[in-house]
Amino acid sequence: MTVPAQSVVFIGVGNPFRSDDGAGRAVLRRLRGAIPSGVKVLEETGDGAELLEAWEGADCVILVDAVQSGAPPGTIHRLDAKLEKLPIWFSHSSTHAFGVAEAIELARTMGELPERLVVYGIEGLDFSAGTELSPEVAEVVPAAANLILQEILHLPAAQPASPF
Amino acid sequence: MKHVNAKSFKVDLLARVEGEGGFGIKIKDQSVKEVKLNIFEPPRFFEAFLRGRKFSEAPDITARICGICPVAYQMSACHAVEDAFGVHPEGAIRELRRLLYCGEWIESHALHIYMLHAPDFLGYEDVIQMAKDHADTVQRGLRLKKIGNAIMTLLGGREIHPINVRVGGFYRVPTRTQLQTLEEDLKWARDAALETARWVATFTFPDFQRDYEFVALRHPREYALNEGRLVSNKGLDIAISEYEQHFAEEHVQRSNALHSAINERGAYFVGPLARYNLNFEMLSPLAQGAAREAGLKRECRNPFQGILVRAVETVYACDEALRIIADYEMPAKPYLEVTPRVDTGYGCTEAPRGILYHKYRFDERGVILSAKIVPPTAQNLKTIEDDLAAFVSTRLHLPNDRLEWQCEQAIRNYDPCISCATHFLKVRIERE
Repeated sequence: MTVPAQSVVFIGVGNPFRSDDGAGRAVLRRLRGAIPSGVKVLEETGDGAELLEAWEGADCVILVDAVQSGAPPGTIHRLDAKLEKLPIWFSHSSTHAFGVAEAIELARTMGELPERLVVYGIEGLDFSAGTELSPEVAEVVPAAANLILQEILHLPAAQPASPF
Repeated sequence: MKHVNAKSFKVDLLARVEGEGGFGIKIKDQSVKEVKLNIFEPPRFFEAFLRGRKFSEAPDITARICGICPVAYQMSACHAVEDAFGVHPEGAIRELRRLLYCGEWIESHALHIYMLHAPDFLGYEDVIQMAKDHADTVQRGLRLKKIGNAIMTLLGGREIHPINVRVGGFYRVPTRTQLQTLEEDLKWARDAALETARWVATFTFPDFQRDYEFVALRHPREYALNEGRLVSNKGLDIAISEYEQHFAEEHVQRSNALHSAINERGAYFVGPLARYNLNFEMLSPLAQGAAREAGLKRECRNPFQGILVRAVETVYACDEALRIIADYEMPAKPYLEVTPRVDTGYGCTEAPRGILYHKYRFDERGVILSAKIVPPTAQNLKTIEDDLAAFVSTRLHLPNDRLEWQCEQAIRNYDPCISCATHFLKVRIERE
């Protein structure tokens, strides 16, 4: 039942029942169909241990999640996790105690980071129970999706999807 | 209220608790004046969200409440719906549900023991720091958790928010051969769980205990997961349908959470320690042996030893999973048909953190008219507050940073799942 590991993994993280926490998965859903066929696409809740498994064996991982850094809602952050430690605020929006930032830092400690790990954070406003994104956040979903698609298309390993 | 002379400390985060909450402790004249644990949780949102939905949607919608224990929500929802419609899955379907639950216990307990709680005992800020010195141990915890997930993936369809569970049973059930693919890993997991218990047994546990009322499901033939009567060590012995006659929820102004209490007696304690104390005899001989080897007595009232009991329950869950797989015969049909009727149904199952109660009222088409969900963490809130008050009062001499660390550790004894909720758990000790 497991999908064979592929070299590129794109992960959308979040809980769609927690308002803006669903931003990462909203971006992912917008990109379904546009992502090159060789890329493994995963929706995750943000449980760090699941993430470690999700990118096991991957050369390149691109991940998108909602964050709360104090920047204006809708701000799109891009972090190269290979080059920098994830800032502490990255884990604040997670519904998991052992979340995205913790998984990345644990993998770094154990020498198990993928070759390339790029993390997109979308600044959220409202993380209370609910199924709608805030207007400021919903507004930037297309732009974030496009940035990520361009990044994926310019990775050496990925091939564009066949139009047929 | 004015706190003109109050010395107040705001300490960063209580990380490693699922979700957001916060606790404030007020100390005046060398005594604890107030302990407030603020937790925000969304059952009210889901209860409203469920009204007007079909009975068949309840398991999947409620599973979204918590990414950490979706099986528990699905199981309590399924049992409640089936109770309303007079259906009782037995045999292989019942066993598969139990197996699915074992998967969730393994993954949830492994996460809590290794990633969240062990660092407290070993003096590390978090598991990332712990991994620098104990990489092999962290790897063992991750692999153990992964094997729990593998059960959930095979039976549930996928590990987070299993989609293969339905009212009456499953959409699809595995063949014997498919289930047997889990055996080798589970044997490793059982050994790893035994190792976990030995490892945790070397920790130093604060000397702390109170006279708790433990509440858990009890079943005459098994360590209760899905079914049983609700019992306590202080004389409670009721059908789950009688829950609301004995337990009340009170709204606490400072928090969105409802605090549960047993009528006339107040705070109570649910989860691994409660199950262990009430159902020790139902653990498998291997799990009982692991408990003894780890130095646990037949009764344990030190909540800090909850981590040890979680390890024992992990041994049990692996052992029980292997038993179920060995005995499994594929059922002719993966589910029982259900016919909606106007009625009320009750479900209560043992989530990794303790009993999870669901109640639904349906119309003749099986549309949900009302829903009530009481998660385990809401039931433990009063007990956590009482623990903190008692714990802090004997440690007032400690500097704030040390005290806050120990308070966090004390809260994590309950593996509080507030995931549904939010983010920052701010620790604040005020001294006047």
